[in-house]
Amino acid sequence: MQNETNGILTHFQQGSETAFETLFHQHQRQVYGWLLRIVRDPAAAEDLTIESFWRIHQAHARFDPAQGFEGWARRIATRAALDWLRARRPESELGNECAEELAAPAAADPAMIAELRCKTALAFSSLPPKLRIAATLAVIEEQPQKDVAAALGISIAAVKVRVFRALRLLRKELERQGITP
Amino acid sequence: MNAHDEERTKKLLQQAVPPVDADAEPAHELWPAMLRRLNVESAARQSPSWAWFNANWFDGVLALGLASLVMLFPSSIPLLLYYL
Repeated sequence: MQNETNGILTHFQQGSETAFETLFHQHQRQVYGWLLRIVRDPAAAEDLTIESFWRIHQAHARFDPAQGFEGWARRIATRAALDWLRARRPESELGNECAEELAAPAAADPAMIAELRCKTALAFSSLPPKLRIAATLAVIEEQPQKDVAAALGISIAAVKVRVFRALRLLRKELERQGITP
Repeated sequence: MNAHDEERTKKLLQQAVPPVDADAEPAHELWPAMLRRLNVESAARQSPSWAWFNANWFDGVLALGLASLVMLFPSSIPLLLYYL
């Protein structure tokens, strides 16, 4: 089994289309799941899965079979997601529900809570993508910091710094809106 | 921001943006879309002359325009050099 996997990875590195197809089928779900955690939009996650595997296909010669496929694919997918987040306006990430919530007057308690959530989500979506990815994966998705660091290609200490900066910026933005977390 | 503030902000963020379903799967099979993307890219690579034209036609028109300008009005050369 291990030999078979190594064989596929070596064939992929040498440019085999069949090996690429096998790896696509084996890993598309994990890559999709990882991307969904970052972009939080199923349609975008599907598009980005295709984009990530396209980049993987293009970079096959640089792949090192000894390092394993999953981590490498995840790093490429994270970079694709970062590009996507950079190209996207933060306001467009607010769902219709949230937009209605913000437009409605906050009378009852549950509505106020919903409004607070919406404002927090909006403030979070306006953070720089690099910080947002780190905070999304480490705080919201509670992924191990070493996995986040590997996916972002940075150290664990750098992940902690990014998460801290994201939370500090989020808090500042909420305070600017008169909300004290 | 102290550790207490950090923890409260974390909690608020977790409530505002809940985690996605860890077992989520694509709504449909992605391989056909992947195959289309591979075919489109390989077709584009098989017609390099058109790809070159598509990427560079604006540069070509600009160069032609500049060459015409220089030939018709040689006195504009210092001005062009200044702006280059």
